[in-house]
Amino acid sequence: MKISAIITLKKDVLDPQGKVIHQTLEGMNFKNVNEVRQGKYFEIDVNENDPKKAKEIVEDMCEKLLANLVIENYKIIEIQ
Amino acid sequence: MKSSVITFPGSNCDRDMDVALKKFGFKNKMVWHNDPELPKSDLVVLPGGFSYGDYLRCGSVASKSKIMQSVINFAKSGGLVMGICNGFQILVETGLVPGVLLRNKYLEFICKNVFVKIDNKDNPYFKNLEKDIFELHIAHNEGNYFCTEDQLKEIKDNNQVAIYYCNNDGKIEEEFNPNGSIKNIAGILNKEKNVLGMMPHPERMIDSCLSGEDGSLFFKNLLNNIK
Repeated sequence: MKISAIITLKKDVLDPQGKVIHQTLEGMNFKNVNEVRQGKYFEIDVNENDPKKAKEIVEDMCEKLLANLVIENYKIIEIQ
Repeated sequence: MKSSVITFPGSNCDRDMDVALKKFGFKNKMVWHNDPELPKSDLVVLPGGFSYGDYLRCGSVASKSKIMQSVINFAKSGGLVMGICNGFQILVETGLVPGVLLRNKYLEFICKNVFVKIDNKDNPYFKNLEKDIFELHIAHNEGNYFCTEDQLKEIKDNNQVAIYYCNNDGKIEEEFNPNGSIKNIAGILNKEKNVLGMMPHPERMIDSCLSGEDGSLFFKNLLNNIK
């Protein structure tokens, strides 16, 4: 089954790319933006039919490789 | 003294490091990332470059490569492991030294000479060096050192900061911080002081005609300290 993982920067970590995107959006007349934070999105097809187990596998992947827990958080979502 | 330089796919300072180590008397071996075991070494160097194209996060993929388990075991048994630039990024990803290296604060690749001040000489890398302030070269996109407040406290309490960015007089201030690193930190040691990660490249300062000699002082001293 397919599981997705969204990796985001923790609140206190500086995100200069997000800032530049924010400024660019403002320059394009998107006026209602408070903040932009850039992250990463992974779609992982796991050979496992039990959603609970599949999520656990991806969680393990996030802890060990996909996210760096000093600066990033992760969120796991079941797709199908 | 025997040294090993690990080559990852995308390393590009590995041969410079080989030249530098041999110039000052190390018997150096190049070791491929896919080798299972380190040869007998007194020093292991993770060189600069762009291992695995900086995919995912700089150094993250290299930190999981086959040879790294042997490097981690070597470090944990007290062996000297030094990571320069991308090598520093690999070291933080292994967890051998604390913190992470973020994208430079102003989103630019920085390639220039900087001054760094040695903070702690109570380790095999900087012991007996007569100078405190060194001119070295940096070339990186992700050198912005960051750690949590708890980690920073622990780093300071254990004297783990190796070098700070400074000016030519050794003043450590924000204006001499090239990349936004927390507290101007340019290099970090592990708690036991046998693992060193730093962004500046001493191997680029070993020839008075091409650059400068501050790297030469570093390597000569390192060899004497290990002997």
